[in-house]
Amino acid sequence: MSTPTTSFGREAAAAIARSKNEPAWLVAWREEAGDLAVRLELPRPEKMPLTRWTLDQYGTHRPGQQVSSVSDLPAVITALLPEQHTGALIVQHNSSVVYTGLSDELKAQGVVLTSMEEAVRTHEELLRKHFMTAYARDEHKLSAVHAALWNGGVFLYVPRNVEIEQPIQALLFVDDAEATFMPHILVIAESNSSVSFVEQVASSLGETSATLLHNSAVEVFAKAGATVRYAAVHHMDASAIDIAYRRAVLDNDSRIEWIVGDLHNGNTLTDTKSLLKGHGSTSDSKIISVGTKNQRMSLTTQAVHIGRSSESDMVTRAVMKEEATAIINGITKIEKGATKANGQQTEKVLMLSPKARGDANPILLIDEDDVKAGHAASVGQVNAEQVYYLMSRGVSRQDAERLIIHGFLDPVVSEIPLEGLREQLHRILERKLG
Amino acid sequence: MSTQFEIRGLKSSIEGKEILKGIDLKIQGGEVHAIMGPNGTGKSTLASALMGHPKYEVTEGEVTLNGEDVLEMGVDERARAGLFLAMQYPSEITGVTNSDFLRTAINARRGEGNEISLIKFIRQMEGKMKELEMNPEFMHRYLNEGFSGGEKKRNEILQMMLLEPKLVILDEIDSGLDIDALRIVAEGVNAMRNEDRGFLIITHYQRLLNYVKPDHVHVMMQGRIVKSGGPELAERLEADGYDWVKEELGIVDETVGQA
Repeated sequence: MSTPTTSFGREAAAAIARSKNEPAWLVAWREEAGDLAVRLELPRPEKMPLTRWTLDQYGTHRPGQQVSSVSDLPAVITALLPEQHTGALIVQHNSSVVYTGLSDELKAQGVVLTSMEEAVRTHEELLRKHFMTAYARDEHKLSAVHAALWNGGVFLYVPRNVEIEQPIQALLFVDDAEATFMPHILVIAESNSSVSFVEQVASSLGETSATLLHNSAVEVFAKAGATVRYAAVHHMDASAIDIAYRRAVLDNDSRIEWIVGDLHNGNTLTDTKSLLKGHGSTSDSKIISVGTKNQRMSLTTQAVHIGRSSESDMVTRAVMKEEATAIINGITKIEKGATKANGQQTEKVLMLSPKARGDANPILLIDEDDVKAGHAASVGQVNAEQVYYLMSRGVSRQDAERLIIHGFLDPVVSEIPLEGLREQLHRILERKLG
Repeated sequence: MSTQFEIRGLKSSIEGKEILKGIDLKIQGGEVHAIMGPNGTGKSTLASALMGHPKYEVTEGEVTLNGEDVLEMGVDERARAGLFLAMQYPSEITGVTNSDFLRTAINARRGEGNEISLIKFIRQMEGKMKELEMNPEFMHRYLNEGFSGGEKKRNEILQMMLLEPKLVILDEIDSGLDIDALRIVAEGVNAMRNEDRGFLIITHYQRLLNYVKPDHVHVMMQGRIVKSGGPELAERLEADGYDWVKEELGIVDETVGQA
C-alpha cells in the first residue's frame, strides 16, 4: 500500500496485523475492531464538531530503523531527548518501537518495559487482562480505529512494592507524514509500587499536504496503594491531528497524577479521565495548553468517583492566541455510594487576542449526598492590575505581560518530573507564546 | 544632587469623578512627609495618580522628579526614574516567583548589558529578607500569592530596599500590621532614610509615625491638603481626632467623590 488508506474495515485491519506476524487472537481482535470502526460514529465533544477534521487518513505501516544504543538513533530524535537520558527509555519512530533501554537492576526487580507489539507475545495474559478495558474498542469510531491499527506502543509493568526513583521516558516520534502513528501506552503498577512516567510526542513532518493522524491512547492501572505520576508533553507539527485518550483506573488507596502539556500545534482532541474505583484513591490532574493560529482544541478532564473517600482535583489552564479556539470541559462525576468523596476542578483560560476563543465548561454530576464538590472557571485577559503592579517596579509592559502569561502556566510546568524535559517545555512555550 | 520632588496643582479623576482638587507639595531628599486624613479624602488616589495607575486620569497639574516631567512617563518609566509606591493592596501573581520578579525589576533599572549577577542578587535579597525577618522560602514563593497581609507589606518593603528608589510613597503600609511587624517595617524604612531619598507616608494613624519620625505632616480632606505642620500636628490628631480641623476650616463632610 503506497497511498494512505482512506477507508478500511475488517480486511484491512487483519491484513496489517498479519503482515506484522501478530498472534491469531490479536488478528481476530483487530478484525472485530475494524468492523466497529466502520459501524460506529465519531465522538461528539462539546461544541467541537469533528466532521471537518481529516480523521480518515490512517497512513501505512512504516516501521523505523531498530537500533541497539541511544547513540545510533537518528540525530533528529536524540535532539529531543532531555540531557539526562541515562534512565529507562523507549522510543517509537513512525510505526514501530526502535529502541528500548532498561537497567539490569530494574529488570532484576521484575520491571518490564517493552513495546506493546512485543508484549502481546511475551506478556499475553497480563496484557489481555488490561488492554483496552479502560478505553473500550466500542466507545466510538476513534477508539475502534485505534484498536484496529495501534502500533509500536509502550508496555510498562511495575511489580508489587517496587519503587522506581528515576522517571521512565517514552519518546514517540514521527517524521513520515504517511506513516500510521497510533501508539498505545499501557502502564500496570502493582500494589504499593510507585513510578513516574514521562511521555513526549513530537514530529518533524516538513512541508506536506498529508494530514497525519496521531490516534493514541493511554491506560494506567494503579493497584492498591500504588502511585503513578504520568507526565505528557505533545508538540507535533500543525499538519498533524493529535488525538489522545488517557485513562487511569484506581484501586484502593492508589494515586494518579496527570501532568500534561497539550502543546500540539494542530487540531487537538484530548480526554484525560480518572476512574476512582477504590476507596481512598486520589487523582490529581494538571493540564496546560497554548492555542495559536487557527487551531481547534477540545480538552477534557474527567474524574469518576466510585470509591468512598476518593478525592480528585483537576486543573486546566490554557492560553489562547490569534484565532485559536479551545473548548475546555471538566466533568466530575460522583456515583451513589461514594460517600465522603471530594471532587474539585478549575478551568482557567487566558485570552490574548480578540479573535481567540476559549470556553470553560465545568460539569458536576453528583448522585451521593455526603460529598464535597466544587468548581471554578474563568476566561479573561491579562489582568491590568497585575500588569500595573509589575510595571510599577520598572518592568516594561511587554516583560510584565510575558511574566504573567508564563506564570499562568508555571504551576504545571514546574511539576514536570524531569529537569531536561522541563527546560524543553520552556523552549516550546517560548516558541508558542512568542 | 539631592532629590527634588514637586507636585503642583495636581488634579485627578476616576471615571469622570474628580478626586484630587489641586495638590501642591514639595519633598526634598532626606525629608519624610506624612499625609494623614480620614478615609475617603483622596490620600490613596494621590499615591495611585503619582504612580500612573491607568484608572486615574490626571486632568491638571505638574509633577517633577529632579526636573523631569513625571506625568509624561509610563508607569515603568516612573519606576525607573526613581519613583516607588508600596501599595496598599499588592497584586498576587501566580507562577512568577518573588526572586524572578525582583531580579527582572532590578535588571530593568540597570539596563541591558549591566545585569546583576545571580550570586550577587541572591546575596542581596537574602540579606534584606533577614533584616525584615522574612522566611527565606518567600524568595521562591509566587509573588504575594497566599501571603498574609503582614507578609505582603514586608514584601513591599523588601522591594523598596532592593530597588533603592529616590522617592518612596508608602500607601497605608501600616494597615493590618501587628506591632512587631510594624516595628520591622518601620526599621526597614528608617534604614533607607538618607539625604538623597524622600518619603511620602500615607496613613490614617499616628502609630507608624512613632517609629518613623516625619519632618512634615499634612492633613488631607476633600481632595486637598487643608493643613500642614510639623510632627506635633500628628500627635494632636492622634490625641484629638480630626473634628477640630474640620471645625477650624468649616468642613462638614471631609470625603470626596463618595456616591
